Amino acid sequence: MFGYILRRLISGVLVLLVVSVAVFALFFYGPADPAIAYCPETRCTPQRLDNIRTSLGLDRPAAEQYGEYMKGIVAGNDFQAGAITIKCPAPCLGVSFKLRVNVTDYLMERFPATLSIAVGGAVLFLLIGVSSGIYAARRRGTLADRAIVGASLVIFAVPYYLFALLAYLLLISQWGIFPESGYFPLFTDGPVAWAKGLLLAWLVIGLTSATQYARFSRGSMIESLNEDYVRTARSKGLSERRVTMRHALRAAVVPVVTIFGLEFATLLAGTVFTERIFDIQGIGLTALNAINTRDLPVISATVLIAAAFIVIANLFVDIIYSVIDPRVRLT
Amino acid sequence: MTETSHRPSGDPAAVPSPSANEPYLVVDELTVRFPTADGLVQAVTDLSYTLEQGKTLGIVGESGSGKSVSSMAIMGLHDYKRTRMSGSIRVGGQEVVGLSSEKMRTIRGGDVAMIFQDPLTSLHPFYSVGSQIAEAYTAHNKASKSQARAKAIEMLDRVGIPQPKSRVDDYPHQFSGGMRQRAMIAMALVNDPKLLIADEPTTALDVTVQAQILDLLQELQRDFNSAIIIITHDLGVVAEMADDVLVMYGGRAVEKGPTREILTHPEMPYTWGLLSSVPDVSADTDARLIPIPGNPPSLLDPPTGCPFHPRCAHRSKVPGDLCRTELPELVTGNRPGHTKRCHLANPDSIYEAEVLPEIAPDLVEVVAEDATPAETGTGLFGPDDEAADGGSVAPENR
Repeated sequence: MFGYILRRLISGVLVLLVVSVAVFALFFYGPADPAIAYCPETRCTPQRLDNIRTSLGLDRPAAEQYGEYMKGIVAGNDFQAGAITIKCPAPCLGVSFKLRVNVTDYLMERFPATLSIAVGGAVLFLLIGVSSGIYAARRRGTLADRAIVGASLVIFAVPYYLFALLAYLLLISQWGIFPESGYFPLFTDGPVAWAKGLLLAWLVIGLTSATQYARFSRGSMIESLNEDYVRTARSKGLSERRVTMRHALRAAVVPVVTIFGLEFATLLAGTVFTERIFDIQGIGLTALNAINTRDLPVISATVLIAAAFIVIANLFVDIIYSVIDPRVRLT
Repeated sequence: MTETSHRPSGDPAAVPSPSANEPYLVVDELTVRFPTADGLVQAVTDLSYTLEQGKTLGIVGESGSGKSVSSMAIMGLHDYKRTRMSGSIRVGGQEVVGLSSEKMRTIRGGDVAMIFQDPLTSLHPFYSVGSQIAEAYTAHNKASKSQARAKAIEMLDRVGIPQPKSRVDDYPHQFSGGMRQRAMIAMALVNDPKLLIADEPTTALDVTVQAQILDLLQELQRDFNSAIIIITHDLGVVAEMADDVLVMYGGRAVEKGPTREILTHPEMPYTWGLLSSVPDVSADTDARLIPIPGNPPSLLDPPTGCPFHPRCAHRSKVPGDLCRTELPELVTGNRPGHTKRCHLANPDSIYEAEVLPEIAPDLVEVVAEDATPAETGTGLFGPDDEAADGGSVAPENR
């Protein structure tokens, strides 16, 4: 088990290395020149452009820059920006071109907002999705079942950004049913302000993602309710509740765990639409701004973090599998 | 449950008899229908039989003959929303048809238990064998976790699992096929059921294990004096286990009687067909099996008259178009206690003249010589016992 996790972590680091090389390559050999973004359009001379490149460190060979970046992650790095030195201890993800701040600190500051959205949204979509899926599976073919499947298809068919935007415009701007959205740190502003600011974002994520989980868990629940071992459980004289929750659900959650792991990792890596529409300063919004300003260190940091979450989530999913299903051995 | 929980092993006299005078299990004109999108599935029609404690009934038939459906009805395992049931099933005097699901639960797994065909898929892959047995125990007894666990170990030991103390924590995939079926039996017997329904308990097992499992069931029956219904399409299993046989076809009983009687003097062409399709291991290796022609009848739209008539080679021997137009009643044939659903007037002579030579040509000469017609039957009894139950291939498995 321990050896397995270690091997998985090592292969995960390799994946992250490949991802970081790919991000660098895209950036250096892609069509966009970051220096132009920092050169005022009207008074941009080639001389000035070169100066900007030198000050950003972009004049050196790409391999050298990549090596320095990697060194920063492992050992930390200090950056000279004119007269001031920006300290960047390990794991140093570089210094933002635009804001001239340590990227690691900058992202850590924004991570709680993203984490808040992800956790609240995930709790809601799991609760709504899985429970309505079980409910529909147990009443397959009835009106309730059809209503759940139909409603989830309708919500699923609406593009997420439209759903979120309409929710914001109607429920907050127009009718004011929900409090104004935004991120208020849990520990400084208190749980009420925190929850109020995120409430609609949670509901939007919860409802839209729940549609997937409802259909998914309904399907796997119907399948497991038809298993021979569920019939055995009934034949023992167990209560219907115990048959459903202990025998059928235990088997039905396995595929749900897979999609949940990946979806939660994606949420942690930043929810661009949600953060943009509900004006929450999280990782997603940061990544979006960094792309607009061609801020390489911030872009590669957000991509690396996203990749790291996916790798870790996959590992967790596999470990959870082995806990749920004794036939799965991690070797 | 209390009066049965301290049953001394091997002493059937200590077992209290059912309260009423009627047998422990009475199935009376049971009809089971499943409404589906394609129409009404007539799974079981007008089925009646009885079973006393300590006796074994073999129910024989091909897939779709209603043998499993009728037994699952005794357990109340059909989804009542999707099933129409009529008639009566009385278990120890208690009417089961129409019983509330709460009351049914106390009978299910308690007084009546069931063993299923494929122990690998019938055991939950995610729970240890011991916890599944313990769960069956705690469902019907107030017991602590450790008591239930001790009971599970005791039962595993009882059904012959070696080192039950350590194997109790194993998962089903760590057991062999035979051990899994033993574990299933342990789970079914944990509450000392008065009626055990074994639905093709040996079909998924290899032949040596089959014999062990059947021995185990017989041994446990002697100890607990339970009634057993054994559902099978393997006539070898029936010959070894059953006191009585019920042959089902198209959801109806078509022949019923004591096992020896049915296997030596079958009077219904479908039973002849079943006997013909049992392979004879002592026969010439070039000898071919004789299958029953055609397919099982549609239960959505069963044939008119006798359900077997489209496949029956002997229907021309019945005057007129009777087989096609009129359903034969289940009536007593030439011997008492032996009922059959067939229009044929002289089944015995047809069996001896046409069927027996095909099944066992060597027996015909014996019959001719010492003139004890068909007493040796089809080779399913006597020294051939083991061979027959070991080697037989069911019609539907070919």
